[in-house]
Amino acid sequence: MSDSTLTAGSRVFDIDAIRADFPILQRKINDQTLVYLDTAATSQKPKQVIEALTNYYEQTNANVHRGVHTLSIEATDGYELARTKVAKFINAVRPEEVIWTRNTSESLNLVAATWAEANVGEGDNIVITAMEHHSNIVPWQHLAEKKNAELRYLAADEDGLLDISELDSIVDSRTKIVAATHMSNVLGSINPIAELANRAHAVGAVILVDAAQSVPHMPVDVQALDADFLCFSAHKMLGPTGIGVLWGRYELLEVMPPYMFGGDMILEVTYENATWNDLPYKFEAGTPNIADAIATGAAVDYLTELGMDNVWQHEQELTAYAMEQILSLDSVKVLGPQDSALRGGVISFIHGTIHPHDLGTALDQQGIAIRTGHHCAMPLVRSFDVVAAARASFYIYNTKSEIDALVNGISETERYFSRCPVA
Amino acid sequence: MPGGMSGLGDMDELYEAIILDHYRSPRNTAAVDEPDIDLEVNNPFCGDEFHIQLKIENDAVSAIGITGRGCAISQASASLLAELVEGKSSTEVQAAVDAVRRLLKGEEITDEETDILGDIEALGGVRKFPVRIKCALLSWVGLGDALKEHLDG
Ligand SMILES: Cc1ncc(COP(=O)(O)O)c(C=O)c1O
Repeated sequence: MSDSTLTAGSRVFDIDAIRADFPILQRKINDQTLVYLDTAATSQKPKQVIEALTNYYEQTNANVHRGVHTLSIEATDGYELARTKVAKFINAVRPEEVIWTRNTSESLNLVAATWAEANVGEGDNIVITAMEHHSNIVPWQHLAEKKNAELRYLAADEDGLLDISELDSIVDSRTKIVAATHMSNVLGSINPIAELANRAHAVGAVILVDAAQSVPHMPVDVQALDADFLCFSAHKMLGPTGIGVLWGRYELLEVMPPYMFGGDMILEVTYENATWNDLPYKFEAGTPNIADAIATGAAVDYLTELGMDNVWQHEQELTAYAMEQILSLDSVKVLGPQDSALRGGVISFIHGTIHPHDLGTALDQQGIAIRTGHHCAMPLVRSFDVVAAARASFYIYNTKSEIDALVNGISETERYFSRCPVA
Repeated sequence: MPGGMSGLGDMDELYEAIILDHYRSPRNTAAVDEPDIDLEVNNPFCGDEFHIQLKIENDAVSAIGITGRGCAISQASASLLAELVEGKSSTEVQAAVDAVRRLLKGEEITDEETDILGDIEALGGVRKFPVRIKCALLSWVGLGDALKEHLDG
């Protein structure tokens, strides 16, 4: 079992050594070395995480919580150790507050279908922001409609920063939940969660944080944020797909009704009824995603060794450099805060003449992977009077020379599209 | 290097000269008076959206206007469509829509269809870029459906 006494930042932040851990960075795309600038969609995986998966399947594979044989005990220990690592990573009070789900979307749906289902009534309101991912909009639209409740939005200002000037009137005595993204996956803006939490608590509401874009990139402390629920996906933080986390305050989780029903989530079943298991198992019906939970533990170890302060600092440097370089192109407009200190490593931009899809295809020909489209935030993207944008996003394995490659790639694409067509 | 441009690989197969030409100077962009068919097509995933208007007289397209925004492929495709359908009967338009669908899916088209499509064959380059096929198809599918609805009354 890998050791859980890692000290934060115990490994030097050596970019070459880090890159050597990611086998995929050796790949050629269209005969060019891959430049991966789409971490906001999903991150690449280091060999430590990939090995955690293969080791589990080759050495340990067994079901958890239901056997007395050695493999089952080892699998259970590994699964629970990974939970403990995640709990420590986000400074949860206790590991039982960490529920394994499939991804951020499922974590959000779980809260909407259980806590909010039980606590939001007719005439109440739910407050979200104008910069949410569809996953943090649609479950609330659905719930509001079902309950005859109101869905309210906190607006973003012209710079793409959350406008909290009307926080006190928007979050009022009928607000039951405030659900906000910690960092926008389109604008890169970082939201003042602690202030939102403060207001929510003042009116007796709870605060949910969509941390899909923050937990992978910056130190996140659920107690310092004063959050009630926090959701994120392992696949955006070096871990495998198919697993995510819902963290919730113990007292809240304890009184919430279950989300799904079946094995493992019950304590006792008679032919007539059942009693629910303790936390966290009440929310983990059926055989869980054991292998991916263990690999998530390896991802957390990897990040912990690097130290989240160092991860954040590396990305801040890259972002500042990228903003400067991208903005030096006259043809390009960057969405969101222009001051790189107010944003994370996500830069969405619009080219004056080249549509994002044409740009995406042209960059791919040069081995550069960016995201194009509406970024699962249609209302937000449309509010900039565009229907699509290009987005570059960064992580621990990216370098300044990759940002140079992006900027050159954009210039190259401009030359391509302005050339004289020869029939 | 096929692209002729360093590092841009197969771009020329997608963006043939004729495509770039239609993209830069789209045809038939004027609005149509009292259109018989007036439709909006859009692909929210790409953010492509077009407004297509048709006037049909004596079972022939007497006027067509297309405006909108989208990538080079969807714009060029819409412009090529406008150029092709003008003056054609509804059966001919339906046949062309069908041929374009098959062309883009990489299915066989007949010599006769090749003749009808003319420049439009240049759109076939998207087959190497599967995620872009829907860009090229957008206006054609929209028009095909609208025409069918129009004829069925
Ligand atoms: C801010 C934000 N919220 C939620 C999600 C949804 O994550 P998942 O697709 O892993 O459920 C994403 C991922 O794109 C995101 O960026």
